[in-house]
Amino acid sequence: MSNIDPILLLSAIIVVSTPILLAAIGELVVERAGVLNLGVEGMMITGAVCGFVVATATGSPWLGFAGAALGGALLSMVFGILTQLFLSNQVATGLALTLFGLGLSALLGQGYIGVKGPVVPDLYLPGLRDIPFLGPVMFRHDAMVYIALLIVALVWLFLNRTRAGRVLRAVGENHDAAHALGYKVVRLRLAAIAFGGACAGLGGAYLSLVRVPQWTEGMTAGAGWIALAIVVFASWRPGRLVLGAWLFGGATALQLALQASGGVQIPIEYLQMAPYLATILVLVILRAGRAPGSLGRPFHASS
Amino acid sequence: MTFKTVLLGATAAAAFATGAMAQDDKTKVGFIYVGPVGDLGWTYQHDQGRLAVEEEYGDKVETVYVESVPEGPDAERVLTQMALQGADLIFTTSFGFMEATMNVAQKFPDVKFEHATGYQRADNVSTYSARFYEGRAVQGLIAGEMTESNIIGYIGSYPIPEVIRGINAAYIQAKKVNPEVEFRVVWAYTWFDPAKEAEAAKALIDAGADVILQHTDSTAPQAAAQEAGDVITFGQASDMLDYAPKPRVSSIIDNWNQYYIDRVGAVIDGTWESKDTWDGIDAGMVEIGEITDAVPTEVKEAALALKDAIAAGEVHPFTGPLKKQDGSDWLAEGEVADDATLAGMNFYVEGLTGEIPQ
Repeated sequence: MSNIDPILLLSAIIVVSTPILLAAIGELVVERAGVLNLGVEGMMITGAVCGFVVATATGSPWLGFAGAALGGALLSMVFGILTQLFLSNQVATGLALTLFGLGLSALLGQGYIGVKGPVVPDLYLPGLRDIPFLGPVMFRHDAMVYIALLIVALVWLFLNRTRAGRVLRAVGENHDAAHALGYKVVRLRLAAIAFGGACAGLGGAYLSLVRVPQWTEGMTAGAGWIALAIVVFASWRPGRLVLGAWLFGGATALQLALQASGGVQIPIEYLQMAPYLATILVLVILRAGRAPGSLGRPFHASS
Repeated sequence: MTFKTVLLGATAAAAFATGAMAQDDKTKVGFIYVGPVGDLGWTYQHDQGRLAVEEEYGDKVETVYVESVPEGPDAERVLTQMALQGADLIFTTSFGFMEATMNVAQKFPDVKFEHATGYQRADNVSTYSARFYEGRAVQGLIAGEMTESNIIGYIGSYPIPEVIRGINAAYIQAKKVNPEVEFRVVWAYTWFDPAKEAEAAKALIDAGADVILQHTDSTAPQAAAQEAGDVITFGQASDMLDYAPKPRVSSIIDNWNQYYIDRVGAVIDGTWESKDTWDGIDAGMVEIGEITDAVPTEVKEAALALKDAIAAGEVHPFTGPLKKQDGSDWLAEGEVADDATLAGMNFYVEGLTGEIPQ
């Protein structure tokens, strides 16, 4: 343990958790609107490939992120149209979306395997970056880390402090009542699904443009499923979502740091289980809250 | 198993249904790969070998391949399909395909199999591997000379003999030129997962390593080293020249071309026999990629001298006196490790820290 530098570890945690956080905050909004989209993994990987393709074509990682958000949102609309307009089963459609996204991304990514992408620079924050301890931990990252946290804060504000946010929650709690009050349930849900897709796309692009940075098939490697789990365990609250993502990122970063530090006597298999166990444990201890009342239920104005 | 491979499988099944009637006299050679052909590492080099076979024999052969096949039951299914499709010779290019290869070979005694890096053989199953550890020794020398923090990071894939041999070979040479040197091994439990490999490289760099050796197949650790700045790396399996002259200062290149050409030729002539091949630098199966100018001239010369000595058979990377990690004697002064011990190596040599996961 003595070999691990806490500053580097904490700084690694924040970066490792960013893609999961982005995908999870999008899904949180979708679920608060009463829709269960299990296609997060598919939208993430599609975002990863769209982001990488756009970024290498234009040379600009920021256009890449924009492309990733667009790609994720477009793919999520497949899910949106099927479940909201054609009333297909949300669970089955979401799973299909994941499979479709994995295949589609492999196809789009042909010819981009092994290609080097443009570099995303760290955001230079004069003053802040030199604060002892806090500077290197919090303020020496790329801009997407802050954008992710900003999105979480805005989502919290939106859900708790704005009228539109309350309408969205009403739709998620009881779509029949919301419909009776004259709110456009389907339209609102489609918007939420698109937002979820865009966020998942950003999360995927964070992997392909910042973390790795390369495109390879299946590179999200289950991050979308972790994001889904974190939403449930965070009881659909943005604050706890950040905690869950950091916790998962923390356990991942810690297990690698422990191995790299050389002095560990814990069998590696346990270390590799740790991220999943820690996330489940702590979030269960925090007591899972109640799911939105209409989560996963189909809605049709006639009923 | 990616969606694409499923599709490939479906098409393969369809092709079997229609193509079984149309027999032709072309020799059909199949390859199954553990990663994508675009990994620019291990699988890429095997695919280069496949292309060399096509180049050599032209119309006389037909090659097929399936990429990104997971090690396990899926591999068995893919192999069965290939055999049913009429493949005469199938190369299975990862250690983890061993059981699948043996099982399918038993069911198709007329189909020849070639399993890379394994140790189980049958009348229709050959094994082949390269003495990568010879290249590892050269890397170890450069790594030991170049490190300033005296911490060398090593990304291991799975704790199997081939990988452990590489760690030992690199460590022995590094220690020889730099007694202060220390190895930190991170087990990634994957052959190819750029995200995981990048994380592992970053964790090692954070822990103070300024040289990263990898036994995983993607270029992600190279990218991580480049981002970190003053860290050097070595290309694995393929040249990875995109990252030269720094961080990639040299590489181990697996060159399967000649072996594949010879073996396919043997099937065409009808002279194919089950055997075990284990070639190294001298036979050209292991190549050392260009050592860049980021390495000082005298280090480069020493590395090349070691390479030549290994090729000439004057130096064996595992020469006594050597002890095992627990302090027990392994090789006496001047004694050279035998191939059987090397093939089943499951211990670290003295000086390495950490435990090999069981």
